[in-house]
Amino acid sequence: MSLSRKRNIIVRRLLQAVPVIVLSTFIVFGLLKLVPGDVAVTLAGDNASDERIAEIQHIYGLDRPFLVQYGVWLWKAVQGDLSSSLVSSESVLSSIERCFPHTLLIVFLAMAMALIIGIPLGIAAASRPGSSTDGFVMTVASLGVAIPNFWLGMLLVAFFALDLNWLPATGAVPISEDFWGAIGHAILPACALAAGGIAEVARQLRSSLVEIMSSQQVRTLHAKGLSPSAILWRHGLKNVSVNLLTVISLLFNRMLAATVVVEAVFAIPGMGNLIVNAAIHRDFPVVQGVVFAMVLIVVALNLVTDVLYSILDPRIR
Amino acid sequence: MMADTVVMADRRVSRLSKFGRWFRSDLRGAISLSFLVLLMLISALAPWVSPYVPTAQDFNATMAPLSAEHWLGADDLGRDTLSRLIYGGTASLYASFLAVAVAIVIGVPVGLLAGYLGGWVDEVISRIIDSFLSFPAIVLAIAVTGALGIGLTNGMISVGIVFAPQLARLVRARTLVVRHELYVDSARCFGASTGRILWRHVLPNTIQPVIVQVTLLLAGALLAEASLSFLGLGIQPPNASWGAMLARAYQNMEIAPEQMYPPGLAILFTALAFNALGESLRVALDPTMKRR
Repeated sequence: MSLSRKRNIIVRRLLQAVPVIVLSTFIVFGLLKLVPGDVAVTLAGDNASDERIAEIQHIYGLDRPFLVQYGVWLWKAVQGDLSSSLVSSESVLSSIERCFPHTLLIVFLAMAMALIIGIPLGIAAASRPGSSTDGFVMTVASLGVAIPNFWLGMLLVAFFALDLNWLPATGAVPISEDFWGAIGHAILPACALAAGGIAEVARQLRSSLVEIMSSQQVRTLHAKGLSPSAILWRHGLKNVSVNLLTVISLLFNRMLAATVVVEAVFAIPGMGNLIVNAAIHRDFPVVQGVVFAMVLIVVALNLVTDVLYSILDPRIR
Repeated sequence: MMADTVVMADRRVSRLSKFGRWFRSDLRGAISLSFLVLLMLISALAPWVSPYVPTAQDFNATMAPLSAEHWLGADDLGRDTLSRLIYGGTASLYASFLAVAVAIVIGVPVGLLAGYLGGWVDEVISRIIDSFLSFPAIVLAIAVTGALGIGLTNGMISVGIVFAPQLARLVRARTLVVRHELYVDSARCFGASTGRILWRHVLPNTIQPVIVQVTLLLAGALLAEASLSFLGLGIQPPNASWGAMLARAYQNMEIAPEQMYPPGLAILFTALAFNALGESLRVALDPTMKRR
């Protein structure tokens, strides 16, 4: 593929991502404005005079029309200014910079586990559909989808941290300070997070492999006299790699969400912790900032997936 | 008129026998459905079947182990775990159904309109759906719960809002297919209004995948309720839900680790049952899969 075509694809996808980002931040901004009661009244504290409330409304721009407030917020956000917390007055951007590495480490570890365990399981199940191996893998997969991952986290803490004392139960260490310490703290939360991912990878891989293996193309290969294992490894898996890409980007989105609750179990000061505390204290700039950051990440990831897609699969323009 | 009644009765009998055949042929679906029906019965009859008042504190029974008086033990305030599990089930099921009802009320009409009207309406609605689907669901639910005010009902309305786009996208896709069918065209020729066409002709033909998706969403809503309540954004003390019980059990894990099994297993089995029932319905309702 020529370089300029690749560039064209990337530019077009980038342009398509802009309205999604604008619209989704607008939706969140709008939803947060559904607040019953006035934020300024809450901020001003008890027994505040009307003048004081008006002053606070003015400081935070709450007296302006909704669209103007959104426009101002977006304009600043694009320049990297996500304003600051109403509670701690720390800048939202630096809170995110502090919290995000913890979340990212867990998600990456969990993703690696999901792929390393899920792919062999999916292949094993698909190579003999209907066999007892297949049945076993599918049972494990439906358990993995249904188990609440924070409960799994609690079980892991009870067993590996409290009973066996192998790994630390809670907390986190920045990876920049102590690499192995950070990994050690992240293993249990990542396991809790990975259960659903393993199930999802195994399921999707199995169903797309089974579909390909029953296609006419594969029937021809059989007729040519290729051994079943050669067909599975050489032709089946090659065709499945594109589907796997979709699963990975979907999983990333889901793990980013699931980590919110898992972080609460393991007392990890990550993005989940940040947004839950902000939601409880009605710290809207932080809520808005975290959601904005997550939307950016998910959109960027979808972008990368799309571009890889069009490079891997020439049928897609 | 007599003949009419007979035909109707006939149809009812054949539906019943169809259900009976499905029930016998699909073991997994039958077990799941029976489990869920039993669970709903227990939840509905909670005041009569639970051995204690779920919020009654008995300080002689603090952290009681499993015994004849307290079958599943008691929590740190001496509240009977079995009673809290039963009442918690009522709350968790109510929450799941509420969230999914909100998702249906928002998602289905929006999807119908987008798919049927097409043009710029479809374009705008589809972009909004895409945007909603681009953020992690529970994160959005947390943000909205914070705005609406913390509590089980608000939390589950938020979850419903977050789930709605999934249903809307599904209904839209089905409507796009159905709206060009002959029976829709003929209804239009007979002068049926748009509302009537959507309600009488399009909706019934999009409903089957929606039923499947709704069953799967119930499992998702159950897990979302557990998450929100675990985080303290859902049900508020002293009331119990399975998620809130887990949060409590986690705090006392070092003293009474066995307390985290009842609510956890309850969530796991119920979510499994919803998922399995959804998969069974998918197979039973999908005409292309039946032929295999």
